[in-house]
Amino acid sequence: MWDYAKLIVLAAVALLAAIAANYAHDLPYMVNAIEVAIAAAITFIYVLRLVGEDKTSTPNEYQDGVIRAGVIATSFWGIVGFLVGVVIAFQLAFPSLNLGNVTEGILNFGRLRPLHTSAVIFAFGGNALIMSAFYVVQRTSAARLWGGNLGWFVFWGWQLMIVLAASSYILGGTEGKEYAETVWYIDLWITVVWVAFLAVFVGTLVKRREPHIYVANWFYLSMILTVAMLHLVNNAAIPVSILGSLSVPVYSGVQDAMVQWWYGHNAVGFFLTAGFLGMMYYFVPKQVERPVYSYKLSIIHFWALIFLYIWAGPHHLHYTALPDWASTLGMVFSVMLWMPSWGGMINGLMTLSGAWDKLRTDPVVRMMVIAIGFYGMSTFEGPVMSIKAVNSLSHYTDWTIGHVHSGALGWNGMITFSVLYFLTPRLWNREGLYSLKLVSWHFWLATIGIVLYAASMWVSGIMEGLMWREVDANGFLVNAFADTVAAKFPMYVVRGLGGAMYLTGGLIMVYNLWMTVNAQPAKASAYAAVPAE
Amino acid sequence: MAFLDKHKIIEKNASILLVLSLLVVLIGGLVQIVPLFYLQNTIENVQGMRPYTPLELAGRNIYIREGCYVCHSQMIRPMRDEVERYGHYSLAAESMYDHPFQWGSKRTGPDLARVGGKYSNAWHVDHLSNPEAIVPESVMPKYAYLATTELSPEYIGDVMATHRMVGVPYTNDEIANAKADFVAQDTPDGDTTGLLGRYGPKVTVADFDGKPGVSEMDALVAYLQMLGTLVDFSTFTPDASR
Repeated sequence: MWDYAKLIVLAAVALLAAIAANYAHDLPYMVNAIEVAIAAAITFIYVLRLVGEDKTSTPNEYQDGVIRAGVIATSFWGIVGFLVGVVIAFQLAFPSLNLGNVTEGILNFGRLRPLHTSAVIFAFGGNALIMSAFYVVQRTSAARLWGGNLGWFVFWGWQLMIVLAASSYILGGTEGKEYAETVWYIDLWITVVWVAFLAVFVGTLVKRREPHIYVANWFYLSMILTVAMLHLVNNAAIPVSILGSLSVPVYSGVQDAMVQWWYGHNAVGFFLTAGFLGMMYYFVPKQVERPVYSYKLSIIHFWALIFLYIWAGPHHLHYTALPDWASTLGMVFSVMLWMPSWGGMINGLMTLSGAWDKLRTDPVVRMMVIAIGFYGMSTFEGPVMSIKAVNSLSHYTDWTIGHVHSGALGWNGMITFSVLYFLTPRLWNREGLYSLKLVSWHFWLATIGIVLYAASMWVSGIMEGLMWREVDANGFLVNAFADTVAAKFPMYVVRGLGGAMYLTGGLIMVYNLWMTVNAQPAKASAYAAVPAE
Repeated sequence: MAFLDKHKIIEKNASILLVLSLLVVLIGGLVQIVPLFYLQNTIENVQGMRPYTPLELAGRNIYIREGCYVCHSQMIRPMRDEVERYGHYSLAAESMYDHPFQWGSKRTGPDLARVGGKYSNAWHVDHLSNPEAIVPESVMPKYAYLATTELSPEYIGDVMATHRMVGVPYTNDEIANAKADFVAQDTPDGDTTGLLGRYGPKVTVADFDGKPGVSEMDALVAYLQMLGTLVDFSTFTPDASR
């Protein structure tokens, strides 16, 4: 019965999407509608083939299939995101790479940049979060994922969102708000998938067989909740037509700016920090086989972190038309935020107490430690840049870009790589990784790549900030804007090379994981089949 | 610490953890966002602000579509060098009809908040078509295809009506005449009394790209040419309490 209901809904969706494509007002909408029709048709055929079959589940086993899929998706979107990043980095050095007049703008920087940011944050980071949350919540709750196949819905729903967003960006479908460029109907779909994610996560917590909810899950839970709140408020918009991608946000000007950066900074604070701290709190103790350093510190820094982070948004709007009181509040809270951030760093690093020797022998531990190190450095740099006097120089410059990347490449990237190295042998039941030497190569390529990236952006950012404000003895501006663009060329090349090294490291990782699954002998005892009791 | 022992109540109950986390993350946003909607001095009282004309609004949508905001800010800060380089610092009032705001966060290219009237229409068309031909150091992509893409006014009335739903004061008259005004602004030898009557005598009427018909280039240049030109600064006095 349930199957037939599903079939009717899927057929209706496919049909309506095909009709919508026919009457579309604009190209991104038409292409997205066709994609939805295809996705619904494929799902229809899949469900149809399984009608009437016995779908016995194994409630005593962890649901690991969706996590294996998540490992593959995380690796794949990581490579895509890094590759687009390298392309746009070189576009800034060599603008002819934009191919503007050849491709009608499809590959221009202005369209690829949202593709890059969304691919790394929401596709790579999002898959890493969903996949690791599913793994951690099952292990620490000693329970199978709640909701049957709802976990699979979250996974495939998220991939569909990524494909829709990516194709609409390059065809010019955007809402025009940074890191929230997805158009209105994709926003609605994100909401559906995200609520399903929340339901699976909380459902599993509720049926847990451990008395305590493990600290990693506090971070995951607050991340899921807060991201839902941010997404709903920031994307509030009215579509111009149900048949077009264009919508009009409900806020304007100064209020829109405040809402946008409340969203934007907490996409960093929760999506890229709280969620990834959840990863740290489970996988670092596991890999080094030591307990978390301090339980009390984890309580204090968890509540302090989620309380303070949400205030930090206005530091993106210093000296703008945002009223001074709001900007000052943002600065004060950003500086305070340094403390809980370092609380997390200390708790992560000190977990290695008594196991520091693993740094020599285990390149995966090395990766975790450098990730936490970069977390500490970028959460120190952030408060410094949020101070108005510093921000007056750094705002609008490449320094901000360098700061973001030391966090994203160093912290989010490195901790995700280490989690992928941790999970792959376990999920595919293999005797360890294919090659630890390749992990070392990945580690050094990525680390040197980040250093080149961050250092070149410091130089170019501070240089352009100083050049913009330079006046001569008579009080006239010394540099034309174009002079500062020309001066940044060498740094842009170095940055592109750093990114290319980081991408190469990622490709080495994919090869290593592929060989782990395909060439390593299976482990003697079947790890994946251990019952959840 | 005995106080921290009480935390086990929270960490043994998923519902309490969920509700408490939500309460804790609500506070900051409430304090910072809500007052901006009712504090009187958030948006300055100025003379001259008006909603975008249909052609400018269409141009603004192209500006957003192409991701111009990714590299160009529209927010001049009150520092000496910025005021020297770009003009009077930006006011909140100047973006009060901007859904979404386009302040930007990065200056890979210069600020555009007051670019209106700074260069000729022909300069903009040439520059957008091939930036490096005008500014050799530029790293901006080429946008020549905008001049060869026709822009239809079919849905511009709907776009304006949606903007009115979120608070932009378009009149019935303006929405009813959207298509006519859209074409009129690009037709200098036509009848522009209706357009100028509705949006004021300062509206720039020109065949922006010098070619017959309304192209995406026409709309984008019309938008760029009005940026930062609306507010009458001779009547503006800053509010020290802000």
